[in-house]
Amino acid sequence: MEGVIALYIFMLAAFTGYEVIARVPVILHTPLMSGSNFVHGIVLVGAMVALGSADTLLGQVIGFIGVVLGAGNAVGGYVVTERMLEMFRSSGEKRKQKEAS
Amino acid sequence: MQGLLPDNVATLLIDGSYLLVAFLFIMGLKAMSSPVTARRGIVVAGVGMLIGTLMSFLYPGMGNFPLMLVAIAIGGGLAWWSGKRVAMTDMPQMIALYNGMGGGAAAAIAAVELFRMVSAQPESVATHGPIVTALAAAGAFIGAVSFSGSLIAFGKLQGLIKRSYRFKGQQVVNLLIVAATLAVGASLVVAGHSTMQTVVLFFALALLLGVTMTLPIGGADMPVVISLYNAFTGLAVAFEGFVLENAAMIIAGIVVGSAGTLLTQLMAKAMNRSLGNVLFSGFGDTGVVATGDVKGALKPIEPSDAGVMMAFAQKVIVIPGYGMAVAQAQHKVWELCQLLIDKGVMVRFAIHPVAGRMPGHMNVLLAEAGVPYDLIADLDEINAEFETADVALVIGANDVVNPVARTDKSSPIYGMPILNADKAKNVLVIKRGQGAGFSGIENHLFYLDNTRMVYGDAQKVAAELIHAIKAAG
Repeated sequence: MEGVIALYIFMLAAFTGYEVIARVPVILHTPLMSGSNFVHGIVLVGAMVALGSADTLLGQVIGFIGVVLGAGNAVGGYVVTERMLEMFRSSGEKRKQKEAS
Repeated sequence: MQGLLPDNVATLLIDGSYLLVAFLFIMGLKAMSSPVTARRGIVVAGVGMLIGTLMSFLYPGMGNFPLMLVAIAIGGGLAWWSGKRVAMTDMPQMIALYNGMGGGAAAAIAAVELFRMVSAQPESVATHGPIVTALAAAGAFIGAVSFSGSLIAFGKLQGLIKRSYRFKGQQVVNLLIVAATLAVGASLVVAGHSTMQTVVLFFALALLLGVTMTLPIGGADMPVVISLYNAFTGLAVAFEGFVLENAAMIIAGIVVGSAGTLLTQLMAKAMNRSLGNVLFSGFGDTGVVATGDVKGALKPIEPSDAGVMMAFAQKVIVIPGYGMAVAQAQHKVWELCQLLIDKGVMVRFAIHPVAGRMPGHMNVLLAEAGVPYDLIADLDEINAEFETADVALVIGANDVVNPVARTDKSSPIYGMPILNADKAKNVLVIKRGQGAGFSGIENHLFYLDNTRMVYGDAQKVAAELIHAIKAAG
């Protein structure tokens, strides 16, 4: 990738990350940390490429470990974040739920 | 090796899908920053992850597919199983564990790239320029530190590592390790090729740094550190993304890196600590804590009387602390509050930023018990309301309601924002025994004229209060 374009991506993504969560309320700090933890689970994709293009035994072993760890990051991050956020309900939603059941 | 599709078609599909992945991640994170849309946010990001992973199977020239599927099944399966089972109270260390895995994966990618430099013949080394090697090495360094550091953080919060190891000159040792790691890394970049030993030494040093950096940090500061490592992992992922020319990794990594840094700062601020303070000095290192003179006495009250007091109140503010979660009392407490609400009492929950094990953790625990989030208020919202409250009910919280934080300059918690429970007309404190709190500081709130102490296990006391309120009518 062109070096300058990479720098542009770097700068714009950094601003985006900052702005996107700049006004997050304290009540969501824990789930948001968990959610951003899930997002960098995309490292799985890189680990897959590393394993897929490995042609030595050492490369395969390290790539294999990388994919195991990356998949753990992605799946684990998703499961715990989803579990936490699923519990956040307002009073209105609670009442609706009660009536439905 | 032959890919699954013709090369040009595959590349086009992959590039297009990564653009979509980046878009979905950012939309997901945006939605996650409001309680109304948060649930949708994680699903949106999850769809992005699924698309990215599936499309990556199409990369031209990839092999080892059976190995890849086995690895995904093992890692994903274990994480799915553990993530579904973990208790809400143990959430912080689980996040640390998954984060460490991400850091490890980034380091593994870097390791594959760096070892490739070892095997290459001197004349064919030009596969990587110095900039790419430097990025790979930087990602390896940060990822490895995040990996071993997160594992130590997990061990500490899980109770596997009981004490904080500190010795004189620890920071000097850490700095020396940093310097050594950077020197080895620089030699890799400058030489352009390498030996097996150098790469192994490089990783060993980085892993060691993560351990020595994290071991001295106390349990109370751990959330800030986990959040920092989260940002680290993001950065490491982005660097490896540059190496692999993978746009999805670059964008997701940098977004998490910057969002994580901001989040770390917010958390440190909520805890009244600076980041440098957390990393370079242990809490409780200030020596013997001056307790100061406490006027008055602890005045116990029976749960039945306390129940009547609340039943005839107009407004009750509940202040839950981690002690409540330890006693697993949140369900009983919410049952108690529902009873009060049915009687026409106005009930609010006041959450201190550091209630629970990390900022926002108490909200998760209350949400698990079924408390709607619009009854929960944070410090800034609720502090003015204490003056109009008839009862402030403190359950398992201590330092966060200690008025000395406002008045006593010699106190280690001086300057920490607190909940103004002392401003309420009556204060009820549910507490297991008479001992001092987490930080060992005497709590002056407990000695005030309008404070009554209810001793006992939080869950049992809550049950007795429910009984008393029902009896009151």
